[in-house]
Amino acid sequence: MPDTTYLDASELVINMGPQHPATHGVLRVKLKLDGEKVLGSEAIIGYLHRGVEKIAENRSYAQFVPYVDRMDYVAAVTNGMGYVEAVEKLLGVEVPPRAQYTRMILAELQRIASHLLWLGTHALDLGAMTPVFYTFREREEILKILENYCGARLTTHAFRIGGLQYDLYDGFEKEVLKFCDYVGPKIDEYETLLTTNRIWLRRTKGVGVLSGEEAIALGVTGPVLRGSGVRWDIRKVQPYEAYDKVDFIVPIGEHGDTYDRYLVRIQEMRQAVRIIRQCVERLAPGPIMGKVGKIIKPPVAEVYHSIEAPKGELGYFVVSDGSTHPYRVRVRPPSFVNLQALDLMIRGHLVADVVAVIGTLDIVLGEVDR
Amino acid sequence: MVDQPKVPPSGGSGETPARPAEGTTAAPLPKAGAAPAKPVASKPVLAPEPWSSPLLDELRKRFPGALSNATVFRNLPAITVAKEALLGVCELLRSEEGGGYALLTDETAVDYPNREKRFEVIYHLYSFTRNDRLRLKVRVGEEEKVPSVVGIWPTANWLEREVYDMFGVQYEGHPDLKRILLPDGWTGHPLRKDHDILKQDVAWVQANLGIKSGQ
Repeated sequence: MPDTTYLDASELVINMGPQHPATHGVLRVKLKLDGEKVLGSEAIIGYLHRGVEKIAENRSYAQFVPYVDRMDYVAAVTNGMGYVEAVEKLLGVEVPPRAQYTRMILAELQRIASHLLWLGTHALDLGAMTPVFYTFREREEILKILENYCGARLTTHAFRIGGLQYDLYDGFEKEVLKFCDYVGPKIDEYETLLTTNRIWLRRTKGVGVLSGEEAIALGVTGPVLRGSGVRWDIRKVQPYEAYDKVDFIVPIGEHGDTYDRYLVRIQEMRQAVRIIRQCVERLAPGPIMGKVGKIIKPPVAEVYHSIEAPKGELGYFVVSDGSTHPYRVRVRPPSFVNLQALDLMIRGHLVADVVAVIGTLDIVLGEVDR
Repeated sequence: MVDQPKVPPSGGSGETPARPAEGTTAAPLPKAGAAPAKPVASKPVLAPEPWSSPLLDELRKRFPGALSNATVFRNLPAITVAKEALLGVCELLRSEEGGGYALLTDETAVDYPNREKRFEVIYHLYSFTRNDRLRLKVRVGEEEKVPSVVGIWPTANWLEREVYDMFGVQYEGHPDLKRILLPDGWTGHPLRKDHDILKQDVAWVQANLGIKSGQ
């Protein structure tokens, strides 16, 4: 930040947030401006810090599972999935196929829900009022399925270490397939609203360009990295659960701008529908829990496990000292790392584009601050 | 604990141990629940095993005496690096000849207050060309400074600020080392093992609310 005063004119430092409708939570950004042009910025975070990593050290392995849902609270299922898989990896537990496919179905539904929420709010930020009503309508259907399965809509606590607590309810497959049939045409509908919309193109094309090299150097992952043309998805390169047994493609962008990231996420929703259909096809009766003792006592070891969360690579680094409580749990949050690219992406753009770039990074402050 | 095949020694994936092949066809499994027949004798690996690879040999050759404790657990190798050699090792690993570990996935620390050097700073690297992960560890004492890797992986900027914030680990060469998640006026580093979360507010409560017990 500069030490110029208002007397020497053209440069001005203004504050955006922490209470601002377009920062998607309590994010504060200090902007250094020349007129309307952004010369530099500093993101100030931590308003939502709850110390989940410290909480983890004071809970047993199983007790900590509900806490992870509260980080990325719009994608609680994937958060929980990452953590239980990390502990399973530490224990060397194998999850039965029925539990694996159930997890994948719920995780992909959650991915669609997260992307729908992103699309609605991102479009709203850029002045398109309509999509948010449509995307929330479709998201509601997903939340209903989650609620029917585990009783909760947002902070689901859907999975247990070793598998699932509940088997699927009667008619789950039918409901999920009905949703798949329903959401495909709806995504087409969003595309008719936005993809060739002239205002949308003007607001997103060439805004917040991030090259592949810059993205990798800044550690950016997920749809933002893929929008920059790097075909990298953990579900493909280091598959977990049964992602190696389903067929899907990893969409990428070309220019690394806000528009390409929009296209990538739209395509990801379609691919998620494909994955869900294949998983439903493979669901077969069987056990839903692996062999896990009542008391979870892992060996003395360290394990890092990461999954492709809707927002990028979500990693858990778990250190065990052989007791019933983790010695240390580190969460590698995708939003926190991706947010670091904000400064680079908004330099030289207008203040209005800051809103577009914050939206396109798809951050959730609960996960940034933990 | 469950019986399951041993971790295959090769293959860069950081995934859970390989499962018995179930075929990749789309046909639904006839009896998916029935645990696939597995050799009963093999037990899961429950402790890190010594790691050896050409990359490790190359590193040992270039940095004699700087590496120790090379182990592998669940397909993810880990090496402990001496603090002095850290930047050299990182630069080599980042370059193409060193494996092209272009992505610093995560940087964090673990506190072991009973050790002579209490902190273990941990780097998780990923190589796109090898599709492989690697964990580096550096042990430092409370008064020592760790060389910053921001020059090699710019993503380390915020990650190192977080480690500083939570553990009080000092970095050398970091462009802007200050707290990131906690407010600037905060005292203490909460993720240290001796930081008691129940006691942290006592002083504030005593001073501001006039409650002697701090409750």
